[in-house]
Amino acid sequence: MKVKDLFTPLFPCTNLRAYKEVEGEEGLFIFSRNKQEGLKMKAQASVKEQTATRTGADLLVEALIEQGVDTLFGYPGGAVLPIYDAIYRAEGSFDHILPRHEQGAIHAAEGYARVANRAGVVIGTSGPGATNLVTGIADAMMDSIPLVIFTGQVAKGVIGTDAFQESDIMGITTPITKHNYQVQEIEELPRIVKEAFHIATTGRPGPVVVDIPKDISSMVHNKEIDSDFHLPGYQPTVKPNPLQINKLHEALVEAKKPVVLAGSGVIHAEASEHLKEFVRNYQLPVTTTLLGLGSYPGNDDLSLGMAGMHGTYSANMALYECDLLINIGSRFDDRLTGNLQHFAPHATVAHIDIDPAEIGKNIPTDIPIVSDAKAALESLNEKTVKALDHNEWMKQIDQNEAEYPLWHNQPEEAIVPQWLMQKVYEYTKGEAIVTTDVGQHQMWAAQYYHFDRPNRWVTSGGLGTMGYGFPAAIGAQIADPDSTCVAVVGDGGFQMTLQELSVLQERGLPVKVLIVNNQALGMVRQWQEKFYSERYSESIIDTQPDFVKLAESYNIPGYFIDSQEALEAELPKILADDKPAVIDCRVLQKENVYPMIAPGKGLHEMIGVKP
Amino acid sequence: MKRIVTATVHNRSGVLNRVTGLLSKRQFNIESISVGRTEVEGVSKMTFVVEVEDNRKLEQLTKQLNKQIDVLKVSDITDKAIVARELAMVKVISNPQIRSEIQSIIEPFRASIIDVSKESVTVQVTGKSDKVDALIDLLRPYGIKELARTGVTAFTRGHQPQVAEFKPYSLLK
Ligand SMILES: Cc1ncc(C[n+]2csc(CCOP(=O)(O)OP(=O)(O)O)c2C)c(N)n1
Repeated sequence: MKVKDLFTPLFPCTNLRAYKEVEGEEGLFIFSRNKQEGLKMKAQASVKEQTATRTGADLLVEALIEQGVDTLFGYPGGAVLPIYDAIYRAEGSFDHILPRHEQGAIHAAEGYARVANRAGVVIGTSGPGATNLVTGIADAMMDSIPLVIFTGQVAKGVIGTDAFQESDIMGITTPITKHNYQVQEIEELPRIVKEAFHIATTGRPGPVVVDIPKDISSMVHNKEIDSDFHLPGYQPTVKPNPLQINKLHEALVEAKKPVVLAGSGVIHAEASEHLKEFVRNYQLPVTTTLLGLGSYPGNDDLSLGMAGMHGTYSANMALYECDLLINIGSRFDDRLTGNLQHFAPHATVAHIDIDPAEIGKNIPTDIPIVSDAKAALESLNEKTVKALDHNEWMKQIDQNEAEYPLWHNQPEEAIVPQWLMQKVYEYTKGEAIVTTDVGQHQMWAAQYYHFDRPNRWVTSGGLGTMGYGFPAAIGAQIADPDSTCVAVVGDGGFQMTLQELSVLQERGLPVKVLIVNNQALGMVRQWQEKFYSERYSESIIDTQPDFVKLAESYNIPGYFIDSQEALEAELPKILADDKPAVIDCRVLQKENVYPMIAPGKGLHEMIGVKP
Repeated sequence: MKRIVTATVHNRSGVLNRVTGLLSKRQFNIESISVGRTEVEGVSKMTFVVEVEDNRKLEQLTKQLNKQIDVLKVSDITDKAIVARELAMVKVISNPQIRSEIQSIIEPFRASIIDVSKESVTVQVTGKSDKVDALIDLLRPYGIKELARTGVTAFTRGHQPQVAEFKPYSLLK
């Protein structure tokens, strides 16, 4: 452990010493303001005696530092003025990212959380600031993203009077948060912050809102406050029941047609290595959910690719025909299962999930295992490995893979999005962080970009939030400044949050915004083509800004690419550059995402499996 | 099927909202909810009477409730030996002539008249929900001006029969 960074004390309090330590290169901060511990450390800063005044906002800042927070995504306003003042006075303690819309802040925090695998921290003001965060909160709830969101609130005395910029953010966010708090007394603040981080990041992660009335953040408070907490109602089960593990092991060694379904629970639990060991021990075919991409190497022989509505034929057929389905950390979302009647009809279903409420919610489960994915895989890996009798099954899967691979049209000149994704994959050697928006391009990115490791894939799954991809890329790039970060967006979704180009301009963040421009709300257009007899209602958009000029107006290099030749000439250079870029890549409008399970159909009823 | 589910909760602000919001978000049909303090400071008890389709839905209900941070314990006590009570107040139209008639109707229910005016009497009845229902049915022909029920509150009896002698018995069917 080396002391890299020493910063000046934050709070003008007497006898308070502040240290920040950086461990290795991983950006893990350990903060101590304990005098005893501080003395043990090599470096220290002394504080001049001052008459101390510490406000509620200072307590918040202090608590954030104690949590190891170094990055904030926020937007100021009346009700958070005291908090922003405390941040100002705590100079240098945080990298504060100012988006141009609160939605940008929260999606950036989600991207950050997803790549850094730690909580993203968001600040917004009361009323409109808070309501602008709502989409992101709902998105994080659906995709189990750990966020701690601080909203300002009007002063306690006027809550409930329809005061200026008052909104009932507790009422609004209750159904879309893992938990939420409104701070009632200043003494509670440090404890609540601690609890909020604990709740957001443990068990099944999720967003936690902390609503802070302005009088509390501006109140002076100099006494020490105890921040210990006890949450008897929140004790996530982390270790699996050994009997259930035995049961699963027994079922496994008996299985003739096993398959593993890996979801983002594997990624949250940092269990990819354990999954690899498990899968390879038994030579199990693995498919992943949309959010589980990267939990198992996409290029591996045992990988079947993604399952679900636009998954591969071989993955969906494996789920359909298997006799043992081992679901690790996926919630059997309807876009994965298709018609429930036809989902894994012959299988013994084992489901490992840290959230007991997910087990049996959609699919009757034979072997429920409430556990953290890593702990469950560790226990499984301790069992004696037995070679399975599943050659026939593996042959059948190989055959499906060979017979029904992903396919697409390949015109001479024009670009199709599938080819584009393959090129992005090729030029970034599969190592980029890829964020996406929502729509056709998202599915193509999922199909054609193979992730060999976790935490590289950032997409909005459960809520399907257009406008997510670009700001999420900002957060992802901040979490991992040295990686190439590509935001794959549609021309529709990009226009929902493109104001965040200012953040690229301001910080020179080298995010590459790749607009898969089909001049349409492609996914809507595809459904209208297939299911509404080509009645393209409000889905073809001919009027667009000149994206190159738009980029240039933010001092960001803009590129227009409309042929394969131009793409092959330019894209490698753009991606290798350390500057931000906006690439308006024109693609054929009428391409559809295939194969597909039409709504209401079962896994085995895929359409478009062959050209 | 009708089930009685109890939840002990941390009495923090927002907990009632969170619990009822969850029930409506997940489309559970709630017949009644009653809430009150318990013997432990800061802990309240909620009693729900819910109508659920099947066991899977019931399991979801208890799991989703359990998932809430401020919910300490959830029990489906329907099949246990329990005491369950509800209180109702019924304001019945009556003149002095039929007051004694009403008196005689309510007597077997061990209900009492707690308020009298020129045109009405108010009857208070406590007991299992079907008993309360039965009395209300009897009073209805006289004309009910106002009716308020607390909803069921319940807990398990001090002594639970052994599994062998256990006869599934539901108060609410
Ligand atoms: C905020 C929001 N509004 C509407 C939708 C519905 N929707 C899903 S995909 C889609 C089209 C997206 O078009 P575009 O961004 O151009 O991407 P493409 O499908 O063309 O790749 C729409 C409108 C959504 N997911 N999110």
